[in-house]
Amino acid sequence: MVWQWIPRNSERIILLLVEHLRLALIPVVVGLLLAVPLGWLASRYRPARAVLIPAAGVLYTVPSLALFVVLPGILGTRILSEVNIIVALTIYTVALLVRTVADALAAVPGLVVAAATALGYKPVRRFIDVELPLAVPVLIAGLRVATVSNISLVSVGALIGVGGLGELFTEGFQLNFPTEIVTGIVLIMLLALIGDALLLGLGRIATPWSRAGAGTRA
Amino acid sequence: MNLFAEVLAWFADPQHWQGSSGVPARLAEHLRYTALALVLAAVIAIPLGAVIGHTGRGSFLLVGIANGLRALPELGLLILLVLLTGIGLLPLTVTLLILGVPPLLAGTYAGVRNADPAVVDAARGVGMREREVLLKVELPIALPLIIGGLRTATLQVIATAAIGAYISLGGLGRFLIDGLALNDYPRMVAGAVLIAALALVVEGLLAGLQRLIVSPGLRTAPMRTGSRRPTPVVAGGTA
Repeated sequence: MVWQWIPRNSERIILLLVEHLRLALIPVVVGLLLAVPLGWLASRYRPARAVLIPAAGVLYTVPSLALFVVLPGILGTRILSEVNIIVALTIYTVALLVRTVADALAAVPGLVVAAATALGYKPVRRFIDVELPLAVPVLIAGLRVATVSNISLVSVGALIGVGGLGELFTEGFQLNFPTEIVTGIVLIMLLALIGDALLLGLGRIATPWSRAGAGTRA
Repeated sequence: MNLFAEVLAWFADPQHWQGSSGVPARLAEHLRYTALALVLAAVIAIPLGAVIGHTGRGSFLLVGIANGLRALPELGLLILLVLLTGIGLLPLTVTLLILGVPPLLAGTYAGVRNADPAVVDAARGVGMREREVLLKVELPIALPLIIGGLRTATLQVIATAAIGAYISLGGLGRFLIDGLALNDYPRMVAGAVLIAALALVVEGLLAGLQRLIVSPGLRTAPMRTGSRRPTPVVAGGTA
């Protein structure tokens, strides 16, 4: 291992790191915004569920490398465009979260919803103030899986030329230089670990009632 | 000619269905890499998950391993192994094996762990030894979750086996990597379609298998205990 390589290339590594985060995290945010209304539909209407859940399952089955390659043809983007990776990972995030959101909302106790209705909550306010917060623990669990797998998946994009830190893998392979590859692996795992821990903390902050302990069962 | 027509033309060309670089040969290679890694992963993960689930010892370790491995970038691992051991089947098999272990381990562990304690006690009550309790009661009850883990593992391994083409191995990934190198877009799309189709077909077959071999006793009262303990998310990314 030639560790001096890291400080000598720190500028480029940071650029790749930022690109990596951009490619991995935009899909998490966009995916969440799309998955909440879709998951709500699926939890509310049986026909919507019968379409959305299997469709999500099928989309999740499509291998990422395949999706990275096919998307330029469908979107009309250049193959080296970051958009392909972002759209592909957004699709996975939505596919994963729709199910999570639907299950989480379905698990909100009926009595709580009835109590909120009796207090005068209209459906939209009730959804935002009561049902969604109660779904947060399950939602966070889904977001953690999506974030960690996105951070890991971005690197596959290096095979088609856009892969954030994954570019250290393809370049390290061409140059027969293990240091570069180890650096990439360690940084990606660190990013995933930090993202996971941040979401875990966010979940704790967002659900103060769960720390009170007694009475609430997830 | 639009892309759709070009891809159809690619599939219609009989040349692409013959010889050692034709679709059937690449498909066979892809299935061979997948099967080899899955069998090895199952041999490691199912006994380990069963023992940890049965005794409850080491579950902290298991969750840590399963989560840590999910963050591991397979492409990086594969390339690192190639640089260390040389090009061949070994680096790809090890990479796919490491990918397949966590879902199988988590599924087996959760299935055994979540077996209804009353049923397990009853098994002990009728005089079964611990070994029998695990093999004849807990594992059959765990079967739906074990197969769930196998399905996740299979999907991920099929998807990731495509990157083997990057280190000069065969498999359906060849069409992607060669198409990219030659700027032959229809070939890349054909490869992508083939890999996705393979994943979907295998997923359908495994879902059918699950229905066939899971005990009818479990089917009539689905997830009775599961309503209290939510099934852990054993999903992961596909590469």
